[in-house]
Amino acid sequence: MNKSFTYAAIIGVLLTPLAHAADNEVVLTIKNHQFAPVEIKVPANQRIKLNVHNQDNTPEEFESHSLNREKLIPAGTKAVIYIGPLKPGRYDFFGEFNPSTAKGVVIAE
Amino acid sequence: MFGTGLIVFRETLEAALFVGIVAAATQSVANRTRWLALGAALGVLGSLLLAAAMEQISSWANGVGQDLVTVAILGFALLMLAWHTIWVSSHAREMTQDARRLGSNAAEGAGSLWAVALAVAMTVLREGAETVLFVAGLVSGGTEGAGSVMLSAVIGLMLGVAVGWLIYTGLGKVQPRRLFGITNVLILLLAGSLASQLARTLQQADWLHWLSDNAWDSSSLLSNDSLLGMLLHGVVGYDASPSQLQVLFYLLTSVLIGWSARQIRLRSTRA
Repeated sequence: MNKSFTYAAIIGVLLTPLAHAADNEVVLTIKNHQFAPVEIKVPANQRIKLNVHNQDNTPEEFESHSLNREKLIPAGTKAVIYIGPLKPGRYDFFGEFNPSTAKGVVIAE
Repeated sequence: MFGTGLIVFRETLEAALFVGIVAAATQSVANRTRWLALGAALGVLGSLLLAAAMEQISSWANGVGQDLVTVAILGFALLMLAWHTIWVSSHAREMTQDARRLGSNAAEGAGSLWAVALAVAMTVLREGAETVLFVAGLVSGGTEGAGSVMLSAVIGLMLGVAVGWLIYTGLGKVQPRRLFGITNVLILLLAGSLASQLARTLQQADWLHWLSDNAWDSSSLLSNDSLLGMLLHGVVGYDASPSQLQVLFYLLTSVLIGWSARQIRLRSTRA
């Protein structure tokens, strides 16, 4: 087997995951420094695509220690955050810039 | 107001610790202060530009544009740290000779200072852009007065810088002979930490799928939000619940750079 074929095969294997799009999409909005919905129910053991829409005129940072995610959402913009696959359970998240009001939880079941 | 200062402090802390450690590591190098200051200044300037462009960037690449930029920044910073470590190792022989002759190690790392400066710029840029957006949002949001926002932001910034200064002066008290070894290890851990954050960003954007389960969860023992957790995050890359891929990236990077540097140093001193 020649070398370039081996490299191509390795790259092919590495890129395979890119071909599978996440099927589960959830829309999460931020308004008045609060998340809606506050509870997100998602299937366990699957990858989830969170579409986060910040409708405030201030930026927010989506943060979750248990989901291991952290992403800035500038004012009035949409951003995508992939989470999971998750074991069944509750995963808290919050807005780092407004932690007293922006709270929510992902429930995987 | 307290919350504002705290968030700015947290964002500043990571960059300040990074600068404190590399400043201690390059202590005896001529012109070091000028280079590091240049790196930090570039980082601040870049933060303003990046913050201004963030709204556009967010929508790139189907909503993961920001992750793309983060990956580029982290990857570049990592490359610069690796380059510096390797460069210093490959000049180990001249350095020990210089040290013997001059009674100092003035030449140490001089040829790779630009790489350190760029790594500093990248770190300041990453934390700085978030801080700029946060503070600008508060000022434009108008619930708090601009004066009070700025005051608490400046206090948070100064406290963060103060902690960076503390680690720098603390390391300065270590005997020079030992300091080299300690800062070498600290820089390897900083590189590991960058790699771990790189792994998380790649997973968040769905570019890498494997090993997404948490390797452990020590948040009940030491949470990311505690002061000690934040300090350890800045110094050794502590994360209370990292994914398995993050741990793998961390270990591979620090071991690989450390091992290569050692091989090069051995070869260079033997020759």
